[in-house]
Amino acid sequence: MLIRTLKRIAGLALFALAALPALAQRTTLIVATFPDLDRAAKALAPTWARLHPDIELKIVSLQYGDYHTAMTTALATGSGLPDVMALDFRFIGKFAASGGLEDLSQPPYNGLALRDQFVRYTFPQAINAKGALAAIPTDIGPGTLIYRKDIADKAGVSEAELTLSWASYLAAGKKIKAATGAYLMADAGDLRDILLRSGLQDGEGIYFDRQGRVLVESPRFVQAFEMGREARRAGLDAKVSAWSNDWAAGFKQGRIATQMMGAWLTGHLRNWLAPQTAGLWRSALLPGGLYASYGGSFYAIPRKASNKIAAWDFIRLMTADKEVQLNSLRVLDTFPALLAAQEDALMDEPIAFLGGQKARLLWRDIASKVPAIPVNRYDAVATDIIRDEFEQVISEGKDIAKALKDARVLIEHRARRRG
Amino acid sequence: MKAAHTAKRWKARDVAPYLFIAPFFLLFLVFGLFPLLFSIVLSLHEWDPAAGLAAMHWVGFENYVFALTDPWFHKSLYNTLWFALVSGIPQHLVALPLAYFIHTKLKRSRNAVVGAYFMPYITSSVAIALIFSTLYSKDYGAINALLAELTRVPLLGTLLPAEPVDWLGNAATTKPAVAFVVFWRFLGWNVVLYLSALQTIDKDLYEAATLDGARGWQQFRHITLPLLRPMMFFAITLTLIGNLQLFEEPFILVDIERGVSQSVMTTAIFMYRLAFAEGDFGAASAVSWLLFVVIAVLTWLNSRLFGKQGS
Repeated sequence: MLIRTLKRIAGLALFALAALPALAQRTTLIVATFPDLDRAAKALAPTWARLHPDIELKIVSLQYGDYHTAMTTALATGSGLPDVMALDFRFIGKFAASGGLEDLSQPPYNGLALRDQFVRYTFPQAINAKGALAAIPTDIGPGTLIYRKDIADKAGVSEAELTLSWASYLAAGKKIKAATGAYLMADAGDLRDILLRSGLQDGEGIYFDRQGRVLVESPRFVQAFEMGREARRAGLDAKVSAWSNDWAAGFKQGRIATQMMGAWLTGHLRNWLAPQTAGLWRSALLPGGLYASYGGSFYAIPRKASNKIAAWDFIRLMTADKEVQLNSLRVLDTFPALLAAQEDALMDEPIAFLGGQKARLLWRDIASKVPAIPVNRYDAVATDIIRDEFEQVISEGKDIAKALKDARVLIEHRARRRG
Repeated sequence: MKAAHTAKRWKARDVAPYLFIAPFFLLFLVFGLFPLLFSIVLSLHEWDPAAGLAAMHWVGFENYVFALTDPWFHKSLYNTLWFALVSGIPQHLVALPLAYFIHTKLKRSRNAVVGAYFMPYITSSVAIALIFSTLYSKDYGAINALLAELTRVPLLGTLLPAEPVDWLGNAATTKPAVAFVVFWRFLGWNVVLYLSALQTIDKDLYEAATLDGARGWQQFRHITLPLLRPMMFFAITLTLIGNLQLFEEPFILVDIERGVSQSVMTTAIFMYRLAFAEGDFGAASAVSWLLFVVIAVLTWLNSRLFGKQGS
């Protein structure tokens, strides 16, 4: 494994060497990113060239699966580091806690001054336990229930039935299954994941409280596990995980009636998952009055970056400039984290894929109500462990209380260095 | 005076061989020996690589204690041993008779047949995993399509599952499904190993045995098997080491995002997750050395079983 890692490092080092001749002539700003997010940075290139003719913008895009590993090794060795590092929400906690990134709350950045210009829950995600601001948000994923209106109509199910409460959501799913044969959701795990967020207030973590205590034995987890198990027992989930071939086929063939995810799923459905289903989908609030976010992207500056001032200029332009944020929305279909961009007339535009629904207004409303949940560097570990225990509950009939107790012991063992 | 004399004797001819082998040694030092030694150092430290080399913090044997007391490590060891046995033993039980059959019965088609069996071994494991994940697909896979057809056969139909099997999504089937891919992939390699050993057995022995009235099975039992023993030791050792380090097939076949991926989490995958998902390179290094100990002990046991000289 280490050999492979070192080979990657060598690859990055070679890349850095290749970039040297360019450095000798004029300054180069290296931005590391991944698809599809890279399209936003590429779209900025002409503007950047006009504003900074002396600084060449070089965008390095790696496949999503390799990207965060490559960035980890680059930070570890300090070689082949980019000046700007894009980060996916899933990894922000781990990278923010590592201390390998610049604290953007300090001068000359004073990033916290930008805080009020952004959706309120985004900054706490990028602030680590020591109070350092590790990254600036660029796009967000307001959580929504995307559903097939034609399938719901056929089963005589209204949007209100789908969203009123979790019990009515499952009841509607049973009707849909009986009338059309379609599954209510892709995987029972989707239901568990979102229910873990129910009732959370500002400042409360999903798995850990402020003192770092593990919360997985709380009623919140018990309810999430019970609901997930009920959905599986009632045969309401297609048992396919997101981003798999069967998942995509399920959307194409109308076998999956609803999906809870970030608003950005609309773009994926339209571009490649199920373009032929245009006009059949609608976006609604999550069931049970729950407000949550799915994913999001950030930009950070490595502590050992060589071009920090230009990097900060780039990040500010990318995240805090209204026009650039709106352009990102156009090329990427992501939802802007910048509040000013959310006030633009573009928000009122009907979305053809959603049957002409003015869904961005709904998403803006959702985004304003999502609680600010702090991230913990062990969130990803806890997610893995909870996922495993849930699998044992639904497929092997493990007792829920026992599963959650085991999960607590495992998480505490793994997070032994949370101090 | 003496030093100058020695220096003179170092001519280009003498230096050349060392220069020729230097690339290997340099690469070995950088990509082989250094990581090996560095991982020992790492295993005694707490280190999140994203924080840089300066963030290494000495913890002594804490990482080893952590690994030895971690339920996931125990589970990964169990999974690894399960794969080593379930995919490893059939490899040899099938490869040996198959090699004997190819050696004694096939003439002209021999190379083509051996080539066909060897093919999976040299094919990219990613390509293999992609093909098999398509075959194993619950709703669109060829295996379930075949099973669905077979259920129409009277009698046989009642024995087969009525619902499509979620091969890679259900803990009960995931392990055997992955083990089969590993078996399929390395069968040809073992066939080639046994074939090469069979070719070295003196034909005179078989002729003499035939004259003495020994039949096919007796010849196989009393001549072929004992003489294949050194190769069996070698092949089983390679299988043991390979299977205990199993990573690619389960990693690519079963989505790590799914809870079910736990059922195929080998020690190598656990190590990878510790390092790259949790950023705990110290514990990951400790796990790698514990795995090394397991492999060393099992290889030693294997040598006690098969490595002895004579019959």
